Amino acid sequence: MKAFAALFAQLDESTKTSVKVAAMADYFRNAPDQDKLWTAALFTGRRPKRVITASKLRLWAAEVAGLPDWLFEESYSIVGDLAETIALVLPAPGQISDESLTYWIMRLRELGLQDEAARKAGIIAAWDSLPHAERFLFTKLLTGGFRIGISAKLMTRALALATGQPEPELTHKLMGNWTPDSVTWHSLIQAEDPTADQSRPYPFYLAYGLEGLDSLGPPADWSAERKWDGIRGQFILRGGSHYLWSRGEDLMTDRFPELAQLCDALPDGTVIDGEVLAFADEAPLPFAALQKRIGRKTVPRKLLAEAPVILMAYDLLEQDGHDIRSLPFAERRGRLADIVARVSTRAPLRLSPQVTFTTWAELAAERAKSRDLGAEGLMLKRHDSPYLAGRKKGDWWKWKVDPLTIDAVMIYAQAGSGRRANLFTDYTFAVRDGDALVPFTKAYSGLTDAEFRQITAWVRKNTLQKFGPVRQVPPLHVFEIAFEGINESPRHKSGVALRFPRMLRWRQDKPVAEANTLADLQEMLRLYG
Amino acid sequence: MADVLTFTDRGIYCPAGDFYIDPWRPVPRALITHAHSDHARWGMDSYLSTPGTAAVMRHRLGDIAVETIAYGAQQQIGDAVVSFHPAGHVPGSAQIRIAVKGQVWVVSGDYKTVDDGLSEPFDPVPCHAFISECTFGLPIFNWTPQDILRDQINRWWADCATSGKTAILGAYALGKAQRLLRLVDPAIGPILTHGAVENTNEVLRAQGIALPATIRVDATVTGKTHPGALVLATPSALGTTWAKRFGPSSTAFASGWMALRGVRRRRAADRGFIVSDHADWAGLNAAIKATGAEKIFVTHGYTSAFQRWLADQGYDAHVVSTDYQGEDFDSSEDAA
Repeated sequence: MKAFAALFAQLDESTKTSVKVAAMADYFRNAPDQDKLWTAALFTGRRPKRVITASKLRLWAAEVAGLPDWLFEESYSIVGDLAETIALVLPAPGQISDESLTYWIMRLRELGLQDEAARKAGIIAAWDSLPHAERFLFTKLLTGGFRIGISAKLMTRALALATGQPEPELTHKLMGNWTPDSVTWHSLIQAEDPTADQSRPYPFYLAYGLEGLDSLGPPADWSAERKWDGIRGQFILRGGSHYLWSRGEDLMTDRFPELAQLCDALPDGTVIDGEVLAFADEAPLPFAALQKRIGRKTVPRKLLAEAPVILMAYDLLEQDGHDIRSLPFAERRGRLADIVARVSTRAPLRLSPQVTFTTWAELAAERAKSRDLGAEGLMLKRHDSPYLAGRKKGDWWKWKVDPLTIDAVMIYAQAGSGRRANLFTDYTFAVRDGDALVPFTKAYSGLTDAEFRQITAWVRKNTLQKFGPVRQVPPLHVFEIAFEGINESPRHKSGVALRFPRMLRWRQDKPVAEANTLADLQEMLRLYG
Repeated sequence: MADVLTFTDRGIYCPAGDFYIDPWRPVPRALITHAHSDHARWGMDSYLSTPGTAAVMRHRLGDIAVETIAYGAQQQIGDAVVSFHPAGHVPGSAQIRIAVKGQVWVVSGDYKTVDDGLSEPFDPVPCHAFISECTFGLPIFNWTPQDILRDQINRWWADCATSGKTAILGAYALGKAQRLLRLVDPAIGPILTHGAVENTNEVLRAQGIALPATIRVDATVTGKTHPGALVLATPSALGTTWAKRFGPSSTAFASGWMALRGVRRRRAADRGFIVSDHADWAGLNAAIKATGAEKIFVTHGYTSAFQRWLADQGYDAHVVSTDYQGEDFDSSEDAA
């Protein structure tokens, strides 16, 4: 655990990518295989299950530290992270253990199977044998909340350095259904055949936002299609079984049972990149319809009827069991069109239509129609582009519509957590309704650190009331809030819910009297909801 | 019985002696616990402090009327008898004891209970009422023992030196910087100092405080002229063009706030060393207990939580609001 804690500290403290990659590569060269496997699992979000509730942990930690509960809570509100608070308040460890990361993960799994008294004794004994950094990590693992700000891309780069294998190959190997229990380091990383696991998806090719049309060259080199507002997914049909993967590597097969129909409609050995869309009468339903199905492991029949989904096909990655990602996009798209054409339109599969254009001005006019069509904008793909792994510039670009915006008044502030603990970064915003202010959204991103610091200092001096961690502040500051969509929501006081709200800028030039009104918001709902 | 001290909008006041302690507005007579700028302000008609504090105040505030008093010496002021006792915060720092008609009150100023090897070590003073800072008055603050800290810093510097990087350490110019100077191992490489740090070094050396040899950074000093160097700078100098002259570098901050992961990450330094000249949780509790006082006033820091904790422990505890910042969270962004 010591080596893992040292790695974590290096990754956590440094802001330099080169330092992080070097630290990880070093770890992957030297750690025991089983620890490497667990590290790769943790860094790709394959966390052990939560062993104990947070409320039990707080009680036990306060008890061991000899603190009243209120003081523990006060401390937690300053630190902003439960595991860190626990690691900080506990007395120094007695007998220090030097066990491996794998040992501690196995230990916490064992604890999960025991009754509460044994669990409590086991956790307290573990705390007493771990120094601060390791105690923090162990507690993070206990809460099921282990997260680290390392992208899979960065970890793969480090693995490539440590193993000498090319990055794209490693990216592919690290995808899919594996857990540290189902594979070994050897079978996952060192073995030659990455297709051993038939559910394994290809890395998604992701596009950056368009920087400018000027650099694209002639329009004739490009293909355009709608950027649909659903869930990006990869549909895999191999060996008679099908799998649906999200971009975040979640297996979503069971959440969208209607796609099982495609098993009979498509040839075996097919992998399609597309968008899962709620869809009826040959048109996408608003994202809100799909949202009802996200997070549900099983789907009631009523919901299946209300929000049926289809796969809107973008690209073909595998045909007859062959990886065709290196073929030009135009070729892949042609083959995809042939496959889709052979499937009945009663099946939940459509080919994402191409948007025809000869000039960039024509394309811009098409982009302007996006919102009416239920799309987020356009995707531009070079005809000769291969299907790359990860977010890459050059061949693919997304050209989203400009967000909707509204000027709103900040009325509550709350401290963030992690890097933003002790900074007030999470705000609640309101629109005007006569003399009243009606809260309608929260937002917590979009400002610079310097702006957050400035507002934090202001919030500290201008708190009207505290409600637990939330501070009520005078309605003085106006912010421009950008968002991607707006829906009716009976659960919210304002009657609306926004998609992806964030702060576009702090309007220090605007007085509250010039902020938007509830009527403005309702008009936006009427236009775009 | 009248209170020995009262709390006014100018600062802590003693009616029996007609003087203020660490006032934040101009007054005729000011007793100063230590020379940090939130405690020793400009504009008082007269100052009384330890010789160590007086030397730094003269350097910082210029031509001021300052009278000095040795640790432990008693001086009658009006109906009060005052004496200064080591607070262990920075060289020259003092707690101020005020006795009026058998009632003894002590103002802690800023203090720490561990011996930092530089400042005169903290000396508990029995009293009836104790006015304590509580900058780090939460149980999450528990300082790294000094010997472990020394190893951490020296190892970091040595690693930097072997990998061709300059080690740049941000620390408060008075006290923290010199404490670190006495901790680091000069055998690793040259020690360079930012002007603000070196100015304070000169004042302290003039008082006979031994510090290792340092080189003031001027236009001729770069990472190339002094490879493998440790640079001691004020926190605000890190990340500026001034710091660019050192070429490839690793940056670190030395502050009590480095105990918090969120702050460490936000400061975006390569390393954070947990070191403070304020008492940690155990230190505050031990110091308060050692005074034997029943009445405790807490100032600057996590006052409301600390007051409630003390009240739970059976003390007659109160919060006093002052203009002192201690090692404040906000100023930790600049002057930790």
